Amino acid sequence: MPWIPRGLREGVVTSRYPRRRDGYGPVFRAAVRVIDAADATTRIEDSVAACPTGAITIHDGRPRIDQGSCILCGRCTELRPDVFRFDPGFETAELRREALVVPEITESDEVLRLASAELGRRVRALRKSVHIRHIDVGSDGSDEWEVAALTNPVYDVQRLGVFFTASPRHADLLLATGVGTVGMLDALRQTYEAMPEPKVVIAAGVEAISGGLLGRGYASHGGIATTVPVDVFVPGSPPSPFSLLYGILLAIGRLSTADRAPGGRSPRSQGKDLGTARSDLYSEGFGMEGRI
Amino acid sequence: MSDTFVFSDELTCFATRVSEAVRKGARFGGLFATREPSGTRLLVLLEEGAIISTDSVVVQDAQPQYPALSLEIPAAAWYEREIHDLFGIEAIGPRRLDPLVLPTTTGSSRPRTGSGTTKGPIEIDPTPLSAHLRGEGVFTIPYGPVRSGVFESIEYLVETPGEDILHLRARVFHKHRGIETRFEGMTPADGVLLAERYEGVASVAHAVAFSSAVEQIAGVEIPEGAGLLRVLHAELERVANHLESVIRHCEAAGQAVAFARFSLHKERVQRLRAAISGSRFGRGVVIPGGVSGPPGLGASALFSSIDQVEAGVRADLRLLMATPSFADRLRGTGIVSPEVARQFGALGPVGRGSGQMADARIDRPYAAYSLLGLRSIEHRLQGDALARQRARMDEIEGSFHIIRQAIDRMEHLRAGKMQWAVPVDLKLNGQSIGWAEAPQGEVLYIVQLEEGRLTRVKPRSASFHNLAMFQAAFPKDVLTDFAFIEASFGVSIAGVAG
Repeated sequence: MPWIPRGLREGVVTSRYPRRRDGYGPVFRAAVRVIDAADATTRIEDSVAACPTGAITIHDGRPRIDQGSCILCGRCTELRPDVFRFDPGFETAELRREALVVPEITESDEVLRLASAELGRRVRALRKSVHIRHIDVGSDGSDEWEVAALTNPVYDVQRLGVFFTASPRHADLLLATGVGTVGMLDALRQTYEAMPEPKVVIAAGVEAISGGLLGRGYASHGGIATTVPVDVFVPGSPPSPFSLLYGILLAIGRLSTADRAPGGRSPRSQGKDLGTARSDLYSEGFGMEGRI
Repeated sequence: MSDTFVFSDELTCFATRVSEAVRKGARFGGLFATREPSGTRLLVLLEEGAIISTDSVVVQDAQPQYPALSLEIPAAAWYEREIHDLFGIEAIGPRRLDPLVLPTTTGSSRPRTGSGTTKGPIEIDPTPLSAHLRGEGVFTIPYGPVRSGVFESIEYLVETPGEDILHLRARVFHKHRGIETRFEGMTPADGVLLAERYEGVASVAHAVAFSSAVEQIAGVEIPEGAGLLRVLHAELERVANHLESVIRHCEAAGQAVAFARFSLHKERVQRLRAAISGSRFGRGVVIPGGVSGPPGLGASALFSSIDQVEAGVRADLRLLMATPSFADRLRGTGIVSPEVARQFGALGPVGRGSGQMADARIDRPYAAYSLLGLRSIEHRLQGDALARQRARMDEIEGSFHIIRQAIDRMEHLRAGKMQWAVPVDLKLNGQSIGWAEAPQGEVLYIVQLEEGRLTRVKPRSASFHNLAMFQAAFPKDVLTDFAFIEASFGVSIAGVAG
């Protein structure tokens, strides 16, 4: 059994998230935001045209980004660094599709509270332990790597009572990746229907939210929301394992209110721009928790 | 059946020329179709060492048929099925053209990618395939498209009397996304982002192959630093993919600690890639004309992280191969004989386990590979899952060797003035072929530009080419070997389905 000491010698590499902050979280490019104070009145049309997924729109002369279709290519941040910037962090998931459009469309807090309360009631029984059925509905293959990474020793989601299951009959949570291909829609519907109540659906990645760069086409439905009801939207192309983990914890109501400001991003991921975050990254050995 | 069809001289000569070339030793690189105003053009790629030659013919709409190439070239069979699905033109030969990437209902229109077509609604017909074999006690196990675990969707039909796998078919249409059509009308700058998503686990290789086709049309040479950075990312991608294959093997063999160890190594590689590029998959690095900017880590940080990863991987691989309960499951499993590998033109580690040594990095050096010393890998003929695994291990070692040289050279260049990209003309016209050696094997891109817009892009992934041979890898294997054989092929279904 030479493997056992080999495993032990490495020591603990597992993240303590969500109980403790993880050093790797903030170094990741997670979202593009509009800089609040920016003078965005001149020539933003260029960035709108340059966006390959049409995620940028203009309302009342101010740009607005739909993170549900942003593939984080960074073209807008390069063209107009005074208007757009990369935000670090991974707490990007939202309970409502509209909330992915930033700056937020004024939506009454009431709507969000209702959505959140409804989901909270539904998932009450799942708080301690949840079984996930993953389904690929036309991903590019990278999403599966990130989902599978959740079971590696670094994220080790089993420690949080999160398990992957083969049978939809055992599943509480459906984690869908991919654009929603026509060929997978029946399988998606059947998998969803085979799951017992209560059930929750996560659209993982911009492909599953909006179709991403592919959008709609003869074989793509532009996301899964037209086929199954989506409870949590996790942007990213592909979403990083921490983004996925945050989305899962959000879905099962495991994040305290301190972790999450209502309707917006968690306060801890704000205020630190990627420049300083990336310098931490070098000094901390890629920001990996301690030893990894 | 074939003698009831009379083909034009043009079509007959085309088929004869291609068969003749392959008989003389050319490697069949693929058969592709594209719509033209007058009909559907068929294009075949033939590879002989450093040279890729093309041959083409137009199939007229009046008679949408052509003589099957797969009569003599088994590797052509899947291409003929793909063309039938997407363009509705038929290869006439002894094989039935079962739907592969897009089964359509009768009367449905087809995507028919290319110029000058109007596209009607496309209806998919998901009817299960009928049984291929008949016999006492033979039954069919449909496996997929929803798999038991975190896998990409694919459907396998396994026909078995109970334990032996008598016949196996794969259907990939569930994941067909219609990417080729999406390329139409894009600029090369947007196109490279889509190429990265054709086969997401080999983003860098696809971006390199696509971009080099554009650069050939533009007639530009990328700066040396850009070539080196492309190499660095491509080799890290290879290491990550090969580790993924090892992880899948460990999972199949129930080696829990080894599974955890290699998952940790892979996570380290992914984090290193993110530290260099901002993306765990190296996305956004490769652009037509070069790379988007300098690496995010300096040489000393790169060297020390490479050292850390390599030391861990090397020690664990040595132990893994010395673990009998692991190696025994791979030895003699899923044999692809050198003859079958040659007929199918097997690519990448799958080919290299069965004596097919083609490697685009050596045969047709691109990026900065000509400046770097590549280790040759052992010539293996066993053709089993173990041989494929050993080929991957050799490649991992080789990749670290290349990465170190690339970092070193980049560091020397940095002293001088460093250029990362050259401008590419925005109004390009022309057609060209680009390539790269992805972790799965050689990726080809046929790219056509008019006035700076993409009019046709056809990616050919190694996954597509190799999966065509998958059913031949079960000569005397049983159901419990399936997971190992699948892992040893290491294909990405996204790259097969398109």
